[in-house]
Amino acid sequence: MPLPRNPPPPSAIVELANVTLGFGDRTVLDGVTLAIEENCFVGVLGANGSGKTTLMRAILGLVPPRAGSVRVLGQAARRGNPAVGYMPQLRDTSAAGRLRGYDVVAAAVNGHRWGLPRLGAAGRREVDWALDMVGATTLARRPLAETSGGERQRLLLAQALIGRPRLLLLDEPLISLDPSRAQGVVTLVRDLQQALRLTVLFSAHELNPLLGAIDRVLYLGSGKAALGTVDEVITAPILSRLYGSPIEVVRLGGRIFVMAGAHEVGRDAHLHEHNDADHAHHHAHDHGDLG
Amino acid sequence: MFAYDFMVNAYAAATIVAIVAGLVGYFLVLRGQTFAGHALAHVGFAGATGAVLTGAPPLWGLVFATLAGGIGMGAFGERLAERDVAIGIVLALSLGLGLLFLHFFTAHATQATALLFGNVLGVDTATIHALLGIGLAVLAALAAISRPLLFTSLQPELAEAKGVSPRLVGMLFLALVALTTAACAQIVGVLLVFSLMVGPAATAQALTRRLWPGLLLAALVALAEAWLALALAFYTDWPTSFWITALGGVFYAAAALRGRRG
Repeated sequence: MPLPRNPPPPSAIVELANVTLGFGDRTVLDGVTLAIEENCFVGVLGANGSGKTTLMRAILGLVPPRAGSVRVLGQAARRGNPAVGYMPQLRDTSAAGRLRGYDVVAAAVNGHRWGLPRLGAAGRREVDWALDMVGATTLARRPLAETSGGERQRLLLAQALIGRPRLLLLDEPLISLDPSRAQGVVTLVRDLQQALRLTVLFSAHELNPLLGAIDRVLYLGSGKAALGTVDEVITAPILSRLYGSPIEVVRLGGRIFVMAGAHEVGRDAHLHEHNDADHAHHHAHDHGDLG
Repeated sequence: MFAYDFMVNAYAAATIVAIVAGLVGYFLVLRGQTFAGHALAHVGFAGATGAVLTGAPPLWGLVFATLAGGIGMGAFGERLAERDVAIGIVLALSLGLGLLFLHFFTAHATQATALLFGNVLGVDTATIHALLGIGLAVLAALAAISRPLLFTSLQPELAEAKGVSPRLVGMLFLALVALTTAACAQIVGVLLVFSLMVGPAATAQALTRRLWPGLLLAALVALAEAWLALALAFYTDWPTSFWITALGGVFYAAAALRGRRG
């Protein structure tokens, strides 16, 4: 097997052992074994439907594996694990848009407990801390509906930090962002990851915005996974195996292009979703905070 | 006007219902489930007319039918509760069933009008006690579920990952909407439940983006609309339900205009 595999080190925060994942009659991961170390920024890449979201949902305990085991911090993955923070893929936020950013972020404070949504002093400190960490304290006074895509991502990132997780799962945070703003989000996540010593799984369609920031790449495709440094994983043999077709890797001016024939992989899917997201968020204004 | 017992009763009933409807309505509007709330009222119409047919009190028919409808909708999950076509078909079917029940029970045409458009001036003490019981139960339950309800309304995927069951919370919430609908129908009738549950909450959300002020404002706007409408109805002799809908429209339009300028 040419795929690089790390033997599970003692500091592994996520361990997959022979994991098979799927939904309906689809299998997205087939017998995958890997371990992600603590304090590591991992870019999760792969074509649409390669299982990026499903893998995150399995780590969250929302999708039970069909076979094998998913362990987080040495324990079986389970819902409500306070050590795991999550930022779902941006979707229709019409309900959240009616409230100001602060209240949306604050909804995550003990949000799973019964009772009135009263914050208390400790809760307010937690929200203030999270907003401060992403530099969104001022931003949070505005209604969510009146923030730009990049600003919204920062607020949702603050929400993911509530509860002080050690592992952060970010599902496509760059969707619908233009390149300079995407870079801003990547830099922010990198700073957070280092300041708080987090492990971050950051899924994306394109590798280039993540270059220089990530420690590892987790590339998914054809039910398989490859985990390693960019140089170890982004190679023609490994990607050809993951895509099930001949792939060429072209390096140009510090950027890496993954080509299937004359076609750049990931680029079209990204543009496509970009349009969808624009359609869903036509209220977003550009306030230039993330450049 | 408070020299008349029926006006005192009307104010008592309207006060209870307005506060509950404003607060429950706030979450209903936030979740974008207003159409589901509207449909529940029609399910209640079938229940109430069915109760009249069997000789039971219409209020309990309303409560039973809306509760069953609310829990049923909630059990099918968030996605069904937001599916307009399915809800619309249930709505039409309920109204049709109600019509059939009325057809078998032709003696009281006024009863049908009261169910459809409300008859707050005809509220007796027993009904006020029932409304008070329903109102307190709904408020207590809403207080108990409001934190996970807010979380799952704003961020369903994250809430689920954090251990909230969106289906359970959604089902409990629709049960509360059902009870509120039954209470509202006593004042404005099943066709106009929207006016007390959705209008004031939408008005409040147009005026403030903050959670607690928004909740408070929704209850206050509902209360103001109900009280003013009763006074206007007393002095003009026009139906109370008309005045509630008229005030609801005026308040909402004013709030929307102000929101657009601000």
